[in-house]
Amino acid sequence: MMDTFAALAHGMAVAVQPMNLLYALIGVFLGTAVGVLPGIGPALTVALLLPVTYKLDPGGSLIMFAGIYYGGMYGGSTTAILINTPGESASMATALEGNKMAKAGRGGPALATSAIGSFVAGTIATIGLAFLAPWLVDFAVRFGPEDYFALMCVAFVTVSATFGDSPIRGLTSLFIGLTLGLVGIDKLTGQARLAFGVPELLDGVEVTTLAVGLFAVGEALYVASRRHHTEEKLEPVRGSLWMTKEDWKRSWKPWLRGTMFGFPIGALPAGGAEIPTFLSYSTEKRLTKHPEEFGKGAIEGVAGPEAANNASAAGTLVPLLTLGLPTSATAAMMLAGFQQYGLNPGPLLFAERPDLVWGLIASLFIANCMLLVLNLPLVGLWVRLLAIPQPWLYAGILVFATMGTIAAKPSMVELSMLAGFGVLGFLMRRFDFPIAPVVVGLILGPIAESQLRRALAISLGDPVTLVQSPISATLLAVALIALLAPFMLKGLGRFKANED
Amino acid sequence: MTSGDPVQPPRRVDRAGIVIAALLAATAAVLVWDARGLQSTAMYGMGPEAMPVVVASGLALLAIGNFVDALRGSLPARESADPVPVVLILVGLALLIAIIGFGGGFILATSALFVTTSAAFGRRAILVDSVIAIVMSTLIYLAFDRLLTLSLPTGPLERLL
Repeated sequence: MMDTFAALAHGMAVAVQPMNLLYALIGVFLGTAVGVLPGIGPALTVALLLPVTYKLDPGGSLIMFAGIYYGGMYGGSTTAILINTPGESASMATALEGNKMAKAGRGGPALATSAIGSFVAGTIATIGLAFLAPWLVDFAVRFGPEDYFALMCVAFVTVSATFGDSPIRGLTSLFIGLTLGLVGIDKLTGQARLAFGVPELLDGVEVTTLAVGLFAVGEALYVASRRHHTEEKLEPVRGSLWMTKEDWKRSWKPWLRGTMFGFPIGALPAGGAEIPTFLSYSTEKRLTKHPEEFGKGAIEGVAGPEAANNASAAGTLVPLLTLGLPTSATAAMMLAGFQQYGLNPGPLLFAERPDLVWGLIASLFIANCMLLVLNLPLVGLWVRLLAIPQPWLYAGILVFATMGTIAAKPSMVELSMLAGFGVLGFLMRRFDFPIAPVVVGLILGPIAESQLRRALAISLGDPVTLVQSPISATLLAVALIALLAPFMLKGLGRFKANED
Repeated sequence: MTSGDPVQPPRRVDRAGIVIAALLAATAAVLVWDARGLQSTAMYGMGPEAMPVVVASGLALLAIGNFVDALRGSLPARESADPVPVVLILVGLALLIAIIGFGGGFILATSALFVTTSAAFGRRAILVDSVIAIVMSTLIYLAFDRLLTLSLPTGPLERLL
C-alpha cells in the first residue's frame, strides 16, 4: 500500500517537471485534434502521431503518449455525439443517445456529461491501475515461459473469437496477424522466414505500417467506396454547454456504474471496450426513471457508456504494463510506442525503470485533468475541425498516414506494404472481418513463439511442461473454454431457433 | 426479395467468400513451402519451422470454415461499393511510391496523393487542390525538417527551400 503511494508520488514528481507537463499538454491537444476527425479512433490516433515522438527521449514520449491516448478518446466521443460517426465500436452506445441529444439541441450537456464522466471514470480507473499493477507485477515475476505462452493463448482467443460476431472470421483475422508476425529473421536461429529474398522484409513487418495501413488507408478506401450511400450531417452545438442540476442528478450514478463495468473488464485480457459500454448502456436503460427517453436522447445513455469506455481504456493498461499483453488495438499501438525505444513492458520494466512506468501512470492523471479543463472551452475549435470538407479531410489523413512511413523508412517496399495493408483493411471492412486481432496477432505472435520455444528448450523438448505448471494449465483451460464457448452457444442458439 | 419459396429463403453461394477461403488456403501452402527450406538446428524443442506449420494448419482449418460459411451464404450482407474512387486512391498511392522511389521528393509525392484522394471523394477543382496540397506539404516538410529534424526524402522542390 505505502509502496504504491511512494511510487506514485515519485511518478508525480517526474510528471510535473515543466518539460513533461508541456509534452502532456501537446499530447492531449494533438490527440483530441486527431481523434475528433471522423472515422479516426484512438488506436489510429496513436499510430498517426507516433512519428511526432521519434526524436523525444522515452520518458517524454511516453508521457506525450498518455496524453494522446486519452485525448483521442475524448475526441472520439465528441465526433460520436456531433455527427454520429463513431470512430470505434466502443463509441457506438454514445452515438446512439448522444447524437439524438445533439439533434434535440442538447449537444452541450451531452458533451459535458461525456467529458466529466470520462474524467471521473479515468481518474478512478487510473487509481485502480496504480494499486492493481504492483500486485500483479509481484504475481507475474513468478511466471515461467510456459505461463506466458498460456497467457498469450488466452489473449489470442478472447481478442479474436469469444466476443466478436463470428469466431471464424475473428480467428481468420488473428491468423493473418500471426502469419505477418512470422515474416523476418528468426531470432533464435538467424534464418529468414517468409522474406522471399527481399532485404526489407528481413526486419519483419513494422507494427505501425500495419496499423496505419489497416486503419487509415483501409478506412479511407472503405469510406470512398461507399460515399454514394450516406452523407453524415454535423449537428451544431446549440444552447448552453452546461449541465443543469437535473442533468447532474441523472449522470453521477451512471458514471460510477460505468466505471465499475469498464475497469475490471478492461483489466481482464478480454479485449476491447465494446462489452462494458454495451453492458452499461443496457443497465442504464433498465434502471432509468425516464425509460421513454431512451432512443430519443437520454443523458444516462451517454454518461454510463462514456465512463465505461474510459475506465476500460485505463483497465487495458493493467495487462499492458504489468504483463506486456496488449488486449486492444490501442494497447497494441501503445506497446509499439514502447518498443521503438527497445522497452518491453512487464514486471522487469517496473523494477528497472520505475521512473518511466510511474511517470506514465502519473501523467494519466494529469492528462485527464488537462482534458477536463481544455475540452469543453475548446469545443468550438473541435467543431470547426469536424467541418472540414470530406475530400480534404481524407486526403489530409492519407498524407499524414504515409508521412509516418516516409519519415521512418522511405523505401518503396515499405510504402508498397502500407498500400497493400490498406487494401487488406478495405477488404476486411467490406467483408466484415475484425481488424484489431490482426494487429494483436502481429505483436503477440512472435512473443508467444519465443516463450513456447524457450519453455520447450528448458524442458528438453517435453511438451508436458505446458500443463505441469498450475498457472499455465489453468490458463490453457481458460483459453480452450473461451475458444469453444462461442461455437457451443451458437449450436444452442440454432437448436432454440429450430424449436420455435 | 424475389418470388421465391417463402418458407425456404434463397441462400446463394457467396463467391467472394469462396475466393477468401482459397486465398487462406494458398497462404497456408506458401507457409509450408517456405518452412521446408528452414533447417531445424534446435537440439531440443521446436525449431524455426514448427511455428509456420502450426499457423499454416490454423489457416487451412479456417479456409475450410470460411468455405463452409460461403457455401451456406451466411456471410453478412454487403452494401454496393463504387470501385472508381478506390482505384483513384490506389493510383494516388502508386504515384506516391513511384515519385519517392525515383527521387521526386516528399512534396511532389504527397501532393499527388492529396489531389487524387480529394478527386476520389468527389472534388473536381484539381488546380485549387494542387495549390493547397503543395502549400500544405511544403509546410509539413519544413516543420519536420527544421523543427523535428527528421529527414524526409528530398527532390527538386525540396532543394529550392
